[in-house]
Amino acid sequence: MLNIGVLNQGIVIDHIKVGGAMKIYTYLNLENIDVSVAIIKNARSNKMGRKDIIKIEGTLNGINLDILGALDHKITINIIENGEIIAKKNPKLPDYVDNVLKCKNPRCITSVESVPHSFKLTDKEKGIYRCVYCEQSSKSVPDTITKI
Amino acid sequence: MRHIISPTDLTLKELDDLLNLAEDIIKDPKKYSDAYPRKKLATLFYETSTRTSLSLEAAMLNLGGSILGFSSGDASSASKGESVADTIRVISSYADICAIRHPKEGAPYVASLHSSIPVINAGDGGHNHPTQTFTDLLTIKNLKGRFDNLTVGFCGDLKFGRTVHSLIGALSRYNNIKFVLISPEELKIPSYIKEQVLDPQNIPYKEVKSLESAIPSLDILYMTRVQKERFFNEEDYIRLKDTYILNTRKMSLAKEDMLILHPLPRVNEIAVEVDDDPRAVYFKQAQFGVYVRMALIMLLLGESEGRPIC
Ligand SMILES: [Zn+2]
Repeated sequence: MLNIGVLNQGIVIDHIKVGGAMKIYTYLNLENIDVSVAIIKNARSNKMGRKDIIKIEGTLNGINLDILGALDHKITINIIENGEIIAKKNPKLPDYVDNVLKCKNPRCITSVESVPHSFKLTDKEKGIYRCVYCEQSSKSVPDTITKI
Repeated sequence: MRHIISPTDLTLKELDDLLNLAEDIIKDPKKYSDAYPRKKLATLFYETSTRTSLSLEAAMLNLGGSILGFSSGDASSASKGESVADTIRVISSYADICAIRHPKEGAPYVASLHSSIPVINAGDGGHNHPTQTFTDLLTIKNLKGRFDNLTVGFCGDLKFGRTVHSLIGALSRYNNIKFVLISPEELKIPSYIKEQVLDPQNIPYKEVKSLESAIPSLDILYMTRVQKERFFNEEDYIRLKDTYILNTRKMSLAKEDMLILHPLPRVNEIAVEVDDDPRAVYFKQAQFGVYVRMALIMLLLGESEGRPIC
């Protein structure tokens, strides 16, 4: 059983923008990985007012957690071992991400041809990624985060 | 392999070289009539743009080359649902350089990823149209002699007009440029142009509604079409459209050396009576479009042959 309060060994993804938890859950494919997951939605936060949190008991092998920064650049990732936080980090935003964000511009070539959805980091501060084809910002249309 | 997908694919230095070459062509086009006698330009027009395709074809023919290609009417049969990537792989073996017009944004970039010949973006949706921007720049350079210390007015549809957005971006790279953005409320410049281009570089600009009151301060007036379908209702359109029509009365308020540019085709936003005014340079601009495309083709072919011309 997962203890929502304390993890023994795992990862806590904190400071997720409200409503973003399920998207990260989907992106990480947590449904199909043998780990225990708690999703806390709409939690109170001093820093952000409200936030989502994902707690994962277990290990995620071979997943580059930095990529989550492309989905939500304000998240923090806590690594827990033996019940203690051994590392707390903000994702280092990758310069390019392929097939993490989906371009929602209906006039974009990606809407009619099967080419990889590639995004380039254009504003580190604000975590803005732009489609390499049409330059549409990943933030300009709400709800651009989709597992594809 | 060098491609031109966006106007900023050329550095300022390269742009300078391109425009200098174009000016040399203006002086003596015959000198270049045999520059590329055995080269072929493929024009892949997935949507019609008669003006742009004719201009590119004229440019290649003027260099002694030949042309092949398709235009939207037969685009679907030419491509038979084939991907842009596959089409360009095939065309690469037929031609030496190609120009692509496509309704979807980013299609020329996709082509460039799979092409073994230089790709020129001849317009992709509302995104980029670099050869139009180079045309506008050549017109300003040739007729004004400079890119700095200019007050440039843009009038009409500043919201959807990509030629306006590109030219603002291109001119922003020079010193002491001021912009006067003249449009109805509904068609104001998008905020991302202000946030990404104007504000970070502290470029002075004014947003105004009246062409008449703005015109006396301008060195250049870039006119665009105000399309009826951009308005929510007919009354607004009728109320506003005349405000943005340039006529001889408004021209009487302008500086004596102000230039009127327009990407063409014009509908009614410039009254025909203005055409005889020496400041109306839009037809010359169209002619310059051929010269700058000649220069661009030379630049790209020269580079792909390993003998850069600039
Ligand atoms: Zn896109």
